[in-house]
Amino acid sequence: MEKVRSNLISLNAAYAENRGFIEEIRRESGVNEKDCYQCGKCSAGCPVAFAMDYMPRQVIRMLQLGMKEELLRARTIWLCVNCVACYTRCPQNIDLPSLMETLRKKSLENGISTGKQIKLFGDLFLWSVKTFGRVFELGLILGFNLKSKQFFKDAMLGLPMLSRGKISILPHKISDGGAVKRIFARAQEAELGGDVP
Amino acid sequence: MKFAYYPGCSLNATSIEYNLSTKALARKLEIELWEIPQWNCCGAFYAQKKSRLLAVALPARNLALAERNGLNVAVNCAACYNKLKAAREAVKTSVELQKKVSEVIEMEYIASNDVLSIIEVFEREYGLDKIASRVEKPLAGLKVVSYYGCLLVRPAELAMDDQEDPQSLDRIVAALGGIPVDWSQKVECCGAFHSTYNAATGFQIISNILAAAVEAGADCVACACPVCMLNLDMRQGNINKVKKTNFQMPVFYFTELMGLAMGISPKELGIKKHFIDPQPLLKARNLL
Ligand code: SF4
Ligand code: SF4
Repeated sequence: MEKVRSNLISLNAAYAENRGFIEEIRRESGVNEKDCYQCGKCSAGCPVAFAMDYMPRQVIRMLQLGMKEELLRARTIWLCVNCVACYTRCPQNIDLPSLMETLRKKSLENGISTGKQIKLFGDLFLWSVKTFGRVFELGLILGFNLKSKQFFKDAMLGLPMLSRGKISILPHKISDGGAVKRIFARAQEAELGGDVP
Repeated sequence: MKFAYYPGCSLNATSIEYNLSTKALARKLEIELWEIPQWNCCGAFYAQKKSRLLAVALPARNLALAERNGLNVAVNCAACYNKLKAAREAVKTSVELQKKVSEVIEMEYIASNDVLSIIEVFEREYGLDKIASRVEKPLAGLKVVSYYGCLLVRPAELAMDDQEDPQSLDRIVAALGGIPVDWSQKVECCGAFHSTYNAATGFQIISNILAAAVEAGADCVACACPVCMLNLDMRQGNINKVKKTNFQMPVFYFTELMGLAMGISPKELGIKKHFIDPQPLLKARNLL
C-alpha cells in the first residue's frame, strides 16, 4: 500500500501548550498576532523573503498557533534586516520588525545558537560605544574576526578602505566626562529594576 | 540659517565624502552647521537589543546638547536620522519617559527642537528655488535615479517623505538641471549588512537594485545613506566577480551632486574616494 506522508501538525496541542509563550511575545513585542488576517502583503514586499525558511506572514501564523520551537529556530528571524517595509504596508498595522526583534531575543535566551554571531557583533558594537562614545570600526571588525574566527573575512577593510582614508587606525574617544558610560549604567539599572516607562 | 550638525560615526570613516561634501556645500550656501560638541553614537539598531531606555537615551544626549542652544538638528546618516527622530518622538509623547531620560543623560531634555534629515535641510529649509539659483554647472543631460532606501521613509511616523514614492531627492536633481529618472527600487532595502556576513543573500539584493538602475537608463544613482552607499558602490566590484555581471554604475551622495553643480571641486567633495570611479562619466558630461 502506498505510504501517506503527513505534514500535518497537531495544532491544538501546540496551541494549548504554548499559550504562555504567545502571551509573552504579545506583551514584549506589542504585537497582537490576532489582528493579522494572513493577507501576505508583508511577505510580498520583504527584500529578504527569497532567502527565508518561513515568510514573514508565516511567522505570524506560527505565533497564532503557538509554534514556539519552530519560531525560535527559524532562520527568518535572523535574516530580517529591520527595513520596516512590512509594517509600513500591513493593513492591520502589525509591527513585524518588533516581533522579529523579540523573537531574536527569546531565541538567544533559550540558548539557540543560530544568531550567536550576530549577537556577538551587537555586543562588540555597544562595547565600543560605551568605551569611546562612538563606534571604532577597525577595532570592531578586528575584535569580531578574532572572536568569531570567521564571518567578516573579507571585511570592510583591506587596503582599498585604508588608502581611501575611510578607516581610522585609532579610536576617537569623546571627552564627555564619562556621560555615555553613566547612560549605559543607569539604563541597565532601570531595566533590571523594571523601571522603564 | 543655523543647525546643530550630527554627523554620526560613519561620516568620520567609511562615508567621509558624505561629511566633506555636506560641509563644503553648507559653506558655499552659507548654512551654518554647528557640529554638536562631543556627540556620541546613536546606538544604531544595537542599543534597543539591550534596553529601550538606552535606545532613547543615547540619541537624546545629542538632542539635548542641541536643544540647550536652541537649535534643530541636521542628520546625514539615514539610520542616525531614524534613531534620533524616534527618540525625539518617544520623549515628546511621554512625560514619564521625558523625566527618566533627562535623569539618565543628566540634562533636561524636553524634545522642543526638531530632527531634520540633511535632505530636508537643503530641499525644504534652504529651498529648491535658491538651490536652482546657485547652480553654476547644471547637471545637463545627467540621468539620475534617486535611491531613498528604508530608514528615511519608514516607518510613516518618522518619515521625511512619502513611503512608496518619495520625491525630495528627485526634485533636488531637477533643480540642479539633471534628469530625475523614475525607477522601481527607490524605497527597496539595500540588504544592510547581509553583504558582509551573508554574501549570497546580500549580493542578490544589491544586484537587483543595480540592474533596475541600468534598466531605467540611469547614468548614476543618488543616495543619502552610508550603508546604501557601501553596498551599491563598494560591493559592485565583488558582485561583478561573483555574479558575473558587468555593472559600472557610479553612485553619489546627493550632496556630492549638489556640490558639483555648484562648482565645488571634486577633491573638496571627496569624490575620488569612491570605488566605482565616477570621473569618466563626469568628464563626458563636462562636469569636471
Ligand atoms: S501584511 Fe499584516 S495582516 Fe497581512 S499577512 Fe502580513 S502581518 Fe498579516
Ligand atoms: S522588516 Fe524584516 S520582515 Fe519586514 S520586510 Fe523588512 S526584512 Fe522583511
